[in-house]
Amino acid sequence: MTTTPSVTREAAQDSVVLALGGTWTVASGRDLEAAGASLIAPDNDAKRVILDLSALQRMDTAGAWFIDRARVELTAAGATATYRGARSEYATLLQDAGYHRPEAPTRVPPPHGIALLSAVGETVHDSGVDFIDIVDYLGEIVVMFLRLAPKPWRWRWTSMVHHLEMFGLRSVPIIMLINFLVGAIVTQQGIFQLARFGASTYAVDLVGVLGLRELGVLMTSIMIAGRTGSAITAEIGSMKMREEIDALKVMALDPLEVLIIPRLVALVIALPILTFLADMAQVGGGLIVSWLYAGVTPQSFLLRLQNAIGINTFMVGLIKAPFMAVVIGLIASTEGMEVRGSAESLGRCVTSSVVKSIFMVIVMDGLFAMFFAAVSY
Amino acid sequence: MSDGAPIAGPRPREVIISVRGLKVGFGDHLVMDGLDLDLYRGEVLGFVGASGAGKSVLTRTILGLIHKQAGTIEVFGHNIDKLTPREHLEVGERWGVLFQEGALFSSLTVRQNIQAPMREHLHLSQSTLDGLAAQKLALVGLPPDTADKLPSELSGGMTKRVSLARALALDPEIVFLDEPTSGLDPISAGDFDDLIGTLQKTLGLTVFMVTHDLDSLFAICDRVAVLGHKKVIAAGPITELLVSDDPWLKSYFHGKRGVIRLSAGAERPAMTAGDDRSKNVGR
Repeated sequence: MTTTPSVTREAAQDSVVLALGGTWTVASGRDLEAAGASLIAPDNDAKRVILDLSALQRMDTAGAWFIDRARVELTAAGATATYRGARSEYATLLQDAGYHRPEAPTRVPPPHGIALLSAVGETVHDSGVDFIDIVDYLGEIVVMFLRLAPKPWRWRWTSMVHHLEMFGLRSVPIIMLINFLVGAIVTQQGIFQLARFGASTYAVDLVGVLGLRELGVLMTSIMIAGRTGSAITAEIGSMKMREEIDALKVMALDPLEVLIIPRLVALVIALPILTFLADMAQVGGGLIVSWLYAGVTPQSFLLRLQNAIGINTFMVGLIKAPFMAVVIGLIASTEGMEVRGSAESLGRCVTSSVVKSIFMVIVMDGLFAMFFAAVSY
Repeated sequence: MSDGAPIAGPRPREVIISVRGLKVGFGDHLVMDGLDLDLYRGEVLGFVGASGAGKSVLTRTILGLIHKQAGTIEVFGHNIDKLTPREHLEVGERWGVLFQEGALFSSLTVRQNIQAPMREHLHLSQSTLDGLAAQKLALVGLPPDTADKLPSELSGGMTKRVSLARALALDPEIVFLDEPTSGLDPISAGDFDDLIGTLQKTLGLTVFMVTHDLDSLFAICDRVAVLGHKKVIAAGPITELLVSDDPWLKSYFHGKRGVIRLSAGAERPAMTAGDDRSKNVGR
């Protein structure tokens, strides 16, 4: 039932009649495009062009666009173009769904080199603004914290306990598993490498010091940044997206107090506990691997460990944990507040929250390492 | 011109969508039970019902987005449960949907959104796609500079218009409109009605419109179907429904908000799409 769109050209003395036939609908695709192009192409010399629509079988808005384009373009080229024999509803369609000459683009894209430079500049500027934002936010949170500190009845205890469960208790299995594996891997490599010097029992010192000082807290913070940081950003971001944050504000409630402080406090409590468990898991992993690979019995492992580490080794790792928690919570909630209306921006903010907090956790760890070396702790 | 041209008017009515014995539910809760509905070619069917009665559920079921428990749905003569992949593609080209929240693809610009169905289903050059997208934008009454915006930058009314432009991109035979005029100011809503009316008259478009807008019902709907008690309790021209004895219908049309339209309704049908259509186009 669908026929291809066709154009028949009849030339008179000073005018050209273009008789249109077939179905001029978008379903014709390429054929429609070709027929539309043929309307404009070779008839520019004629002064009068008549578009005869009486044999047109069907036309939709796309067909109307092509036909009207011919009229407008021919008129622009100096000819007079008119319709003939259009059914009344098609005449309406040609008018309502007609062709508009595209306006020249108002903005010309800059050359590639300049675009690249401008993108780099923009990123640097944005990073600076990001940093200022986070410091600004930290200030706000500290002020809010100080204001709330003497008023325990205004603390959101329920919310805090809920988040403590979500961030702390629910993370225990995965954190312990990961750290157990890391402890095991470090010990195994330690045994193999140190065996060359006949010092494979020193692998116990290696896992004790490295695990407790650095790896326990680092692995835990990275896991929490991925697991909890992303959850915080997504929660706050989707609340922002659906105007829930605005609803809080108009009720004269501060989102900082209601949403962010409970999460931050829960995180600051949870992370040291998780770090402690992570330390235990790493040592446990080390113990089992030294037993299996080097034949070190658990008794002698613990004896060596006792000689290798002091309370300060353990404290170095644990002291870092709350700071990591603040960094993760701060970045996650700032990013959550950055979310705009679209789901796309939510996705972008969650990604950047995780990337930024993992980056910052590692940078912080490096700074702490320098600090503890300087104070020889 | 008697070659089956799409002219609205009294002629043998072809059923384009037919729903029989539809049963839809979530868990134990039945939303529809034994629902029958016909949609005729070239008509504008207004679909009303109390909030939460399941109007959107019915629309989504016809579109195949919600699984039904029993009943048959035929679209263009095809049972939608037994579509071959090819028929499925074909049906997708022949209907367009305006979702309640617009459902624009958030990562694409307005222009790309409108072009998306054309790009996927047809083989057209980029310049044609750009031209047709600009035409659809003008048709729904949006300025050309909207084309480069992202959906997140649009207001609610603009989202509706862009979504309609996308629904019309393939010049479908049926458009489903889920509350097209809700959230629009009365002038925009009137323009919207006019546009739908114009397209129905010129293209022979069939429209399935879920709406609460009494003005739309009076202005452009050929028939109105009422959903209640898990069935279609009444369907017919609005003048028939106005004299119905059904208590819900009475309070719907003759309630506080209906009365004003009723008195105005007498002269309203005279000034439907045909007379003031010129004002809705950005020409």
